[in-house]
Amino acid sequence: MSEVRTEELMIAVIARMLSGLSHVAVGASSPIPGSAALLARELSGGNLRVSLLGRTSNPTFTDGAKELFDCAAQGRIDAFFLSGVQIDGQANINLVSIGDPDKPKARFPGSFGSAYLYYVVPRIILFRQEHSPRSLVPKVDYVSAPGVSEANLYRPGGPFALVTGRCLFDFDKEKECFRLKSLHPGQSVDDIKRQTGFEFDIPDGPTVPETEAPDPEWLELVRGPVGEEIHEVYPEFATRMFGSS
Amino acid sequence: MTAVLTSVEEIAAKISDGSLLALPPEYAPCSMEGIRALVRRGARDLRLLGVPQFGIQAELLIGSGCVAEIETAAVTLGEFGLAPRFTDAVKKQNIIMRDTTCPAIHAALQASEKGVPFMPLRGLIGSDILTRRDDWLVADNPFGENDPIVYLPAIKPNATLFHAAKGDVHGNVWIGLRRELMVMAHASKAAYVSVEEIVDGDLLSDPQTAAGTIPGLYITAIAKAHKGAWPLGVPHFYERDNEHLAHYAELARTQEGFNAYIDQWVTRRTAAE
Repeated sequence: MSEVRTEELMIAVIARMLSGLSHVAVGASSPIPGSAALLARELSGGNLRVSLLGRTSNPTFTDGAKELFDCAAQGRIDAFFLSGVQIDGQANINLVSIGDPDKPKARFPGSFGSAYLYYVVPRIILFRQEHSPRSLVPKVDYVSAPGVSEANLYRPGGPFALVTGRCLFDFDKEKECFRLKSLHPGQSVDDIKRQTGFEFDIPDGPTVPETEAPDPEWLELVRGPVGEEIHEVYPEFATRMFGSS
Repeated sequence: MTAVLTSVEEIAAKISDGSLLALPPEYAPCSMEGIRALVRRGARDLRLLGVPQFGIQAELLIGSGCVAEIETAAVTLGEFGLAPRFTDAVKKQNIIMRDTTCPAIHAALQASEKGVPFMPLRGLIGSDILTRRDDWLVADNPFGENDPIVYLPAIKPNATLFHAAKGDVHGNVWIGLRRELMVMAHASKAAYVSVEEIVDGDLLSDPQTAAGTIPGLYITAIAKAHKGAWPLGVPHFYERDNEHLAHYAELARTQEGFNAYIDQWVTRRTAAE
């Protein structure tokens, strides 16, 4: 078995967080979470249902593009995945622009369903492979969706964790900040401090644990059936990662 | 009312300049042949509504100068990267971009479908999407207490344009699972559809097809356009042409490259029959 790639480690980390859930949905531009959800389904013995946006074979929804959102609004989706060109220390995400939104220095696709799903899906897992002061910032330039809300706002959902190419954070809803949970192989706490633009908590204790590597059987699944299945929605990713076609 | 059987060029002529035009996402069939016809006729000042997101449809129209405004949750070429003509137009302030979120578009179209003036929606509060929308309102849930919620005005498109696998001479259009197309047809004043084929008989007479069929009642005109979604796909009929989309993404990095693309694939290519 060849070396574990960062994407594969992220897939395993996310899959672990989906254990025991019954329905997970995956949105646009999410090949790593999509692979993780399919892996978690393989490991669940058929108990996890995965709704993968963009696939046409074996659909889980039959009522058009709105059904994902209506389904989430009713509490029928346990976990969803969001990213950001910028993510800040309060878990605000920016999918729109850098600089003044009226005259942006850079413009990105847009907020998709984030400004809704972040509020209504209980377990939102944030992911961003690039972990640098450019992507993890003190304050986002544009709030596509806020990490936290006023107490009177209807909000059963929100940030659960942030998975990057360097580490795993979980989110402390009371303190409204991220806490370093585990370090990917080769990373130190100092590395993470240097590469993160926002302040975060470091747990008490002697050391931060290393992120658990995927089992060999997990890797076989990811590189085999999961890779083949994700190819339908993310052919470029699947071909690059797993050589599947 | 029986829908008119026509051509994509005639459909493009009926979608007048300045129209609010609702278009489907790339995972529902897009009438790329209809989009190319709009570019060929030199449409101007269109206001595009992406239901809920855009890819190459918006690219071709924006890059060709057909668009004044766009309201959508995202514009992207997916695995082929950022949408270059959209990005360039926003940075140069050549178009007005109204950022929104997917369910807000669906909800506002459903308001039109029901003939009510607005629809409430959860989420949004605390986002810059909301702070930058002066047409939306935050009010208290009238049946609750201290429960703020967003009110979205109904969106009533002048027209919608999409592609489908099958139509019939009665104007019925089979969309299968792609029921956002149903909502778009219900909510829009006019619905124009290109189809792979016009079938014999009545799509509503067979329960296998009737459940996935938009009745001709809602359809303004149908045009036959074989491979009319190309380079995008029609689920279960043909795949999207990834090689061509990658080629587009490469060329469209510059306006000159985009113009060369349009010259080769749109201007000199008349509607496929």
